Amino acid sequence: MTQSTIQIIDYGAGNIASVANMIDYVGGTPYVVSSPDKLKCGVKILLPGVGAFDHGMSCLEEGGWLPVLDECVQMKRTPTLGICLGMQLMCKSSEEGHRPGLGWVDASARRFAFPDDSKLKVPHMGWNRVIVSKPDALVSNDPETEKRFYFVHSYYVSCAREEDVILQCHHGHDFVAGFQRDNIWGLQFHPEKSHKFGMEVFRRFLEV
Amino acid sequence: MLSHRVIPALLLSQGGLVKTTKFKQPKYVGDPVNAIRIFNEKEVDELVVLDIDASRENREPDYNAIAEFASECFMPLAYGGGIQTVEQARILFSLGIEKVVLQTAILDSSKLISDIANRFGSQSVIASIDIKRDWRGRAKAWSATRRKKLDRPWLDKLHEYVEAGAGEILLNSVDRDGTQEGYDEELISAAAGALPVPVIALGGAGKLEHLVSAVDSGASAVAAGSLFVFQGPHRAVLISYPRYSVLESLFRS
Repeated sequence: MTQSTIQIIDYGAGNIASVANMIDYVGGTPYVVSSPDKLKCGVKILLPGVGAFDHGMSCLEEGGWLPVLDECVQMKRTPTLGICLGMQLMCKSSEEGHRPGLGWVDASARRFAFPDDSKLKVPHMGWNRVIVSKPDALVSNDPETEKRFYFVHSYYVSCAREEDVILQCHHGHDFVAGFQRDNIWGLQFHPEKSHKFGMEVFRRFLEV
Repeated sequence: MLSHRVIPALLLSQGGLVKTTKFKQPKYVGDPVNAIRIFNEKEVDELVVLDIDASRENREPDYNAIAEFASECFMPLAYGGGIQTVEQARILFSLGIEKVVLQTAILDSSKLISDIANRFGSQSVIASIDIKRDWRGRAKAWSATRRKKLDRPWLDKLHEYVEAGAGEILLNSVDRDGTQEGYDEELISAAAGALPVPVIALGGAGKLEHLVSAVDSGASAVAAGSLFVFQGPHRAVLISYPRYSVLESLFRS
């Protein structure tokens, strides 16, 4: 495994193929890790995720991922990127479920709630622009560079610490599209499904 | 602001890509992998691929072909055709499909919707319905597989799908399919006004203005076949997709 390797956690709630396909395309080496004892601290980690919060947490717990993730991410500070549900699992909790999250970032996931007569739909599904709220390694800070990504989620992340927020998006109200704390990144959108805009994110994560 | 998705809808038949007119006269328009590759290069918002033979022939999705499609797509890809079980959906997701499109399997019971939605989330399930108007112009749900109209009011059916956990509705007009005369806006506005989830309009788009009308009628996303595979009055095969800036100014005006 090298600098360009990204370990993709295959814990039963992620779109592994799409993520691996994209990493491969941008010149990285995707390495799908299906068992916690195979995870190597010090090699970049990607936590994908699709589906419900409690399901995701129970997959991580029942699969025996929690201790090794804690060691690599919390203690050994391996660069780790959570995508969509993966990002929400990094939070302390979610209105979607009862289980506690990984709690790596002081944040929680809340449900998009709009009045019945609102034209805003839930899930927030489709392409939306993001705004850089804090310059970060994963996205260009140049305002002229188009930053457009594919989103699909019914819950949004709200960070307790404003300094953790790197990207913001808008659906009815502003919400956190990306956070970063130390070695941990979370993105609400799907960079693996966001054409060249997402490729850029992966290229940059490889450089981190 | 969330953009309205503009989605090429590609029909598969006998291993090739076809375009039908009112669900008939499938015209061969090319090799699917090649077409998907071009659509990817054109940075389409999303892609829907429907195997129109699978349910009729009572066979499973062609996983090998679908895996190849998915590897060409750096945008969301939805697949429909022949899906009858959660396990089939699981395989499709593992191949890199984001969404499954269900139609024939949910005509009698929406259990498959809830089974898939409970495990993979509502965002991964598109419930699809084909609507055909009768001689008095009344909209009816139509089953192409069974070749008949359904008795149950179509909007009731859609409510049932959404309650079961469908994350989106693909609303297809049989009468407009391939005609390029414009969407059935009345259908779109009835569905979008009644349902809390995104409605994807399909059937009838012939020019970009039609996409705007569908959105104005309430569609969250607009899908089209002919518009993106044909060119000119003689329907010469040419794959196209507007630049993002064009779509943006289109929906803004």
